Order: sequence, then structure tokens, then C-alpha cells
Amino acid sequence: MQSPSPATSHEDLRAIVSDHMHLEGPMLPMLHAIQADFGYIPEDAISVIADMLNMTRAEVYGVVTFYHDFRKAPAGRHVVRICRAEACQSVGGTALSEAALARLGIGWGGTTANGAVTVEPVYCLGLCACGPAAMVDGKVVGRLDAARLDALLAEAGA
Amino acid sequence: MKIYIPMDSAAKALGADDVADAVKAGLAERGIEAQIIRNGTRGMIWLEPLVEIDSGEGRIAYGPVNAQDVPALLDGKMDSLGRVEDIPFFARQTRLTFQRCGVIDPLDLAAYEAHGGLAGLRRAAAMTGPRIVEETTTSGLRGRGGAGFPTGIKWKTVCEAEADQKYIVCNADEGDSGTFADRMIMEGDPFSLIEGMAIAGLGVGATKGYVYLRSEYPDAIRVMNAAVEIARAQGVLGADIAGSGRAFDMEIRVGAGAYVCGEETSLLNSLEGKRGVVRAKPPLPALEGFLGKPTVVNNVISLATVPVIFEKGAQHYADFGLGRSRGTVTLQIAGNVARGGLFETAFGISLGEVVEDIAGGTRSGRPVKAVQVGGPLGAYMPREKFDTPMGYEEFDQNGGLIGHAGLVIFDDSADMLQMARFAMVFCAVESCGKCTPCRIGATRGVETIDRIARGDTAATGLLTDLCETMKEGSLCALGGFTPFPVMSALTHFPDDFATRKEAAE
Repeated sequence: MQSPSPATSHEDLRAIVSDHMHLEGPMLPMLHAIQADFGYIPEDAISVIADMLNMTRAEVYGVVTFYHDFRKAPAGRHVVRICRAEACQSVGGTALSEAALARLGIGWGGTTANGAVTVEPVYCLGLCACGPAAMVDGKVVGRLDAARLDALLAEAGA
Repeated sequence: MKIYIPMDSAAKALGADDVADAVKAGLAERGIEAQIIRNGTRGMIWLEPLVEIDSGEGRIAYGPVNAQDVPALLDGKMDSLGRVEDIPFFARQTRLTFQRCGVIDPLDLAAYEAHGGLAGLRRAAAMTGPRIVEETTTSGLRGRGGAGFPTGIKWKTVCEAEADQKYIVCNADEGDSGTFADRMIMEGDPFSLIEGMAIAGLGVGATKGYVYLRSEYPDAIRVMNAAVEIARAQGVLGADIAGSGRAFDMEIRVGAGAYVCGEETSLLNSLEGKRGVVRAKPPLPALEGFLGKPTVVNNVISLATVPVIFEKGAQHYADFGLGRSRGTVTLQIAGNVARGGLFETAFGISLGEVVEDIAGGTRSGRPVKAVQVGGPLGAYMPREKFDTPMGYEEFDQNGGLIGHAGLVIFDDSADMLQMARFAMVFCAVESCGKCTPCRIGATRGVETIDRIARGDTAATGLLTDLCETMKEGSLCALGGFTPFPVMSALTHFPDDFATRKEAAE
């Protein structure tokens, strides 16, 4: 992972935050835009947002850490989100994901040693009539079985 | 010739994009002139990808089609399912809210209009706000998100509130497992939601709307954003909507993975850019909602049903249903199911008829053990409760709740102690932390169920007591309703909680 130089990142952050200042309730759109650009929420972002929205850093930190989506560190090159909710459980989702994690030697939220894949839990993708379901970098997959999931993980470089 | 291939994410998850590519290539190879239309889904998910071919004699369905089947499909060598409207699962439905879903290209506003769209908005544009609210009340529409609160009453409160700014907020944070109706309508007929929000705006005097859409639905986010732009360009949104002389505009906002934000006050905090913690009520959001202003917060399906109510008249809608549950319920049949999908029908159909007859039982072919109705906060209904009619009061009387009308079917291999444990785990993961019964209770609940699993029968009383505390003492439905799945599992499936003890002895 290449990290941008601090000066550039600070300016970029201010630019992203400025773009959203006109919105009502701008914080979440700002954080989404920052994460889309940087891949995570850099610590610097908290000061920049706090400064520009006239809030304390503690308040901004509180918001960032409340939501599952915002990362404090970059993820692997690919993110595989596997549904853990009831509908997927009813068709064997639990055994499927546990076996996959065991094979990769990581836990939920973990990244493979080669930095290729982060596996995250997700509670429902709305694919409840065609589970077990997963999402690979925003692309949905349904009716997963062990072979299919292995193929997806291998394709992602895990 | 027209070829319809769904772009709904359930269809895509089963390979619809590959099918579309193969069809395009196959047509070129054969020199066949045909128009490919990416429609929404008809909701028969077990048949997805469901391809429809219209050669002038109706839309003939084929499915499930995978990319390898495409040559046979184009050469007329694949067996058809007949006309799509004649497939029993579809033919038995009453499609009002979902009348256009799967029929048209979701982003084709002209097709939307040709199929009855915008008629409701035009009618509403000629009415006063209070008259619009009255029409909504007459329809008997109740909140489809789960609470079942009469939509017209909520609108009346906002309509009568005095303020310089009012808002329409659509709750599209459909986080309940087993539910996908919101996703399906946003991906398959987004203009119906936009039209519904515009009518709500005219009704209560709100000029601005937000859709709070969960981040787990990237396809729905893309379609909704595109639809809003088209609607704005065509004057459906803007300074003078549908010639009413009144303004309404809206934005799509993306959630960030917090289940609790499906609770309306938590959603409003999140929309304002705060932690998604629950607010105490009162004040009601209808009086002090988004940024402290009077706000209508309605679920996607409630709002997307408004256009058909105004198109066909409130009485037409109210004539469907049972008791105080008027109109149609958009059942989502999910989990371990033979024929899963969306089934829109008048309230009153029994749970057993849906599960055994319409859905055809389990996908695994094993007997149905339980059906969780209403998402992670809904009760596990055993077979003995299968005669319960789908209706808000009817489910309440039988110890359950309809919620967002998702049904998750489990076969006899399900371990109900594990399902009860998961309900507590989920509550602990997703608790916003505002109130103690939910924040601490969920974690203690997991520990207590683990004690039961180890054969400690005394813990059963403790679990019952804990559930009572969570139910009575929590601020919102997350802590307050988690006892539904837990206690229903314990009450209806005692064997799953007892066998471990015997095994331990």
C-alpha cells in the first residue's frame, strides 16, 4: 500500500470536505467520499472535518467509530463480504463462511497475509431468496457453495 | 423482438449480466435484430435469471437461464415456462405496489408513465394538502416498515405543524434478514418511490426529501441516483412539480452499515451526521424530526404504494385486505425455500398457505421446522401457528409481528437454541448503546443461552426474566423486540434447549 504524502493528503481532505459543506447533515457524505478516495478514514480526516464543521475531534471520532463501514486502516486489495444473517444461515451460510475463514487462516475482518483479501461479515445483502450470499468489491453473488466461494477467493488472490 | 433480462441484484447474483452478454453476442452471431431491455425482477427468484422473449405474442418466460443456455434459448430449443403472467406464483398475486416491477426498464420514465405512473401525482397536484392527507387516511395504508402506524395520521400531524421547512424522509435502511422488497422496488421501479415522496411532499407541505439508503445496496443506490436525475430533468422533481406550482426535490443519502439506523430516530441522527443513537420520543419526528423540523419518516414500500392509491383511488386500495390491515402486503419469501421471492397479495392469507402452498416448502426438501416472520426482531413461528392470517393484529395475537413482511423458512436441521443465541449476538453487535437493557442485556443474553446449552436449566428462568426487562425497558425495537425470536424459540422448541442437558448428563 502506497500512502500519499501528508501534505497532499491534508489538502485533498480539505478539498473533499469543502465539496460537501453545502449539504444538510454533511458528515456521512464526507466520510464516504474520503473513504472512497483513500480506502479508509485517515486520522488527519478527523481534525480536518472537526475544524471545518466547527465540532470537537471527539465528536467526529465518535461518528466515525459508530459505523461498521468506516475503516481506520486500509483493507486488502479486494473485500469479500459474506452474509451472516438468518436467511443465509438457513441454507448453510454459517458452515460455509467458517470453513472459508479457516482455510484462509483469518477471522472476520481479517486480511490474508499477502494483503489480497479482507473478509468481512455483512448482515444482509437483500439476497435472501438466493442465499448463501456474498459481495466481492460491490459485485453480488448468490447461491454460494464451498467450490464457488473458493473460486471467488482464489480469483481475488487469497 | 424484445428480450427482457433483469438487472435486479438478485438476478445479477445468479448470473444475469453474463446472460445479457451472451445474448448480445448470440444475437450478433445469428444476425437477429432484437432489443435487449434490462428490466427489474418479477420477483420469482428461484427462476432467476428469468429471461422473457416477446415476439409479438406476449412475454414468454425462460428460466433459470445461464450463459451456457443462451444458444439453445436463441435457437428456440429451450423449454419455455409459458407466458410470464400465467406462472402460478405470479398469477395468484395482486400486484398494486409492484405493478410495474419487472415489467419495464426501471429508468425509462416514458414506460413508467405508459404503465400508469405519474397519474397519481397529477391527481394529487390538483388537490390541497389536507385533501391529499385525507385520501391517504381513507386508503387505510399503514407503515410497511414494521410498526404499522397509519400513514395518513402521521402525515396529518406534519401537515398541521407550523414550520418554515418540513421534510419527507424515506427509510430505505432495509436491514432485516429475509426482506428485499425495498431493494427490489428501488432497483425495479424507482420512479414509484420518487412519485410517492413527491405526493407526500405536496400533502404535508414539505419541499425537500431524503432517501436514507443502506450502503449494502450499491445497485439500488446507483439506480435511485440515476432516477432522481431523470425525474429532475423531466420536471417530476423541482420548482413546479407536475404543474402544481409547488416545489419538491430530493437526495439519496447512503448509510454506513449500522442496523439500528433503520429505527426512525436513529436514522434521523445519522442523516444529520451524528452517531446513529436512538432519540427518546416524544418529541415525535412528525413535530421535531430532521434538523428539528416536522418530518414524515416512512418506509420505502409505504411511500411507493402512495402513487397507486392516488392513481386508482383510496377506496380501490382499501377494498383489499382483512380487518384493520387494508390493501396488499408485499411478502418476501426467503431462506430455505423451494420457490422464494416477492409475493404481493391482499392481507388475510394464512402463513401456512404461503409457506407450504405458494413457496412449496423448503429448498432442501426436508420438513419446515420454523418460519421467522418480520426479520431478526420477529418471532419464530412453529407449524402449529401456520393458520395465523397475515395481518398486523392477527400476528400480534399470536405472539408475533409482521414487521417488514419477510419470511425466513428453516428446515428441521435448524437448531433453535443457536438461532436464539444469534438473535442476542446480533443485538449486541448492533446495539447503539443508548439504553442499558439492550447494550448490556444482549451480551448477558448470549452468556445465559450458553449456560443453557451447557445444561444449566436454572438459566432458563433467568433468560425469561432478562427478556422481560429488555422488552419493557429498551428505548427502541432493537432491544425491545430481540426477546421475540429468543422467547419464541424457547417456548415453541423446548426440545432444542433441553437435549443438551440430557447429553451432558
